[in-house]
Amino acid sequence: MAQHQVNYASAGGLPVALTTVDHLVNWGRSNSLWPLTYGLACCAIEMMASGASRYDFDRMGTIFRASPRQSDVMILAGTLSKKHSEFARRLYDQMTEPKWVISMGSCANTGGMFNTYATVQGVDRIIPVDIYLPGCAPRPETLQYALMMLQKKIRRESANMKNNTKQNLRLI
Amino acid sequence: MRKYVPKDSVQKKAYYTDRFHVVPSTPREDVSTDEVFAKHLETLSAKVDVKSARIELGSMVVEIDHKDNYKAVETLRDECGYAQLTEMSAVDYLAKDGNFEVFYQLLNLKEVKRMRLVMRIEQGLAVESVVPLYKSANFAEREMFDMFGIVSNNHPFMKRILMPEDWEGHPLLKTYPLQGDEFASWYEVDKIFGKDAREAIGPENRDSARIDRYDSKRFSRVGYEVPFGAELTPENETKTEIEYSKTFLVDYTKKSGKQLDKRK
Repeated sequence: MAQHQVNYASAGGLPVALTTVDHLVNWGRSNSLWPLTYGLACCAIEMMASGASRYDFDRMGTIFRASPRQSDVMILAGTLSKKHSEFARRLYDQMTEPKWVISMGSCANTGGMFNTYATVQGVDRIIPVDIYLPGCAPRPETLQYALMMLQKKIRRESANMKNNTKQNLRLI
Repeated sequence: MRKYVPKDSVQKKAYYTDRFHVVPSTPREDVSTDEVFAKHLETLSAKVDVKSARIELGSMVVEIDHKDNYKAVETLRDECGYAQLTEMSAVDYLAKDGNFEVFYQLLNLKEVKRMRLVMRIEQGLAVESVVPLYKSANFAEREMFDMFGIVSNNHPFMKRILMPEDWEGHPLLKTYPLQGDEFASWYEVDKIFGKDAREAIGPENRDSARIDRYDSKRFSRVGYEVPFGAELTPENETKTEIEYSKTFLVDYTKKSGKQLDKRK
């Protein structure tokens, strides 16, 4: 019987990869971002297009989830009305840590063209935002790019979320 | 807290007036010119007191007293064949005449006629609900209450329909500012974080073109870049020269050694 002998120390190197915990954890986090299925207005159409077959978020490991408990990215796609702001914040609070937020489109960024009494003038008044995505509405490519920027940002972060400096709105 | 500015006279003081503007007027005809409308008006005036009636743009406009609204709508539905209430709401004439105009837009499908029943009502008074006659009045009356504050008596569910239930003010009044009053501007902050958070979050930025070159968290001035969040004042801003990349794939400044066209 032939004996298969491998000398790990000399033949092709050890089957061990050396890395840091930060690098390993962030590699996992950044490559499986699960956004919440949460469309507010017309930007949601572009967000849906990004998830569908032509632009295919799935190839980046990004799958839309229908529950805040199972997702870690919130894409605020559209106009946030003041009536709805309470529920947007509640969904954000229900998401488990670590979590990130993409503000998609002019309306979510600044209130956009809706300079009225009924629209929240920028979602960062109620939710800490990681990526601001300009456009009205942004093309799916832009959302893909924003997601890639978010992946880059996550890779730079510490795996321990307490060490990351974030806009802290949890005042009370 | 924002400084309070009284907004009671915003309708009286128009911020823009066109010197050459002429208010368009449409020709008003007598009801007797249309025999179908004349028949409907005759039926209606037998039941309620009609203040005025005319035909404008092909539809009859009848003004009645606001106390007769249920009876008038019932007569028009049952005896004149107006089977559909397409729209009902109010118009704010508080600054001009001191009252609201409540209107019912009715459609007769058999005789292909449209008419409008209008009535004037003072602020604070309620109208009788027409939900038992038309189902479509349910949401319309709730919207009228939400937007103008006109309550409908005997409505099955008299609540706000568009704005949140704890909203203050009625946004379609002419005295209501477009960008919201004090309550509206802090609504989401008060509701989610409480009033104590107002100072930390700050007032709304209503200027979408606002640029603050000394805010290094939101803005980065080209040629004057500083690290994120750095303190920046007019004294310590320093110009940094823009460095262009020195790497290139093809040096276009150098003359090419290759001769592409052999004939030359």
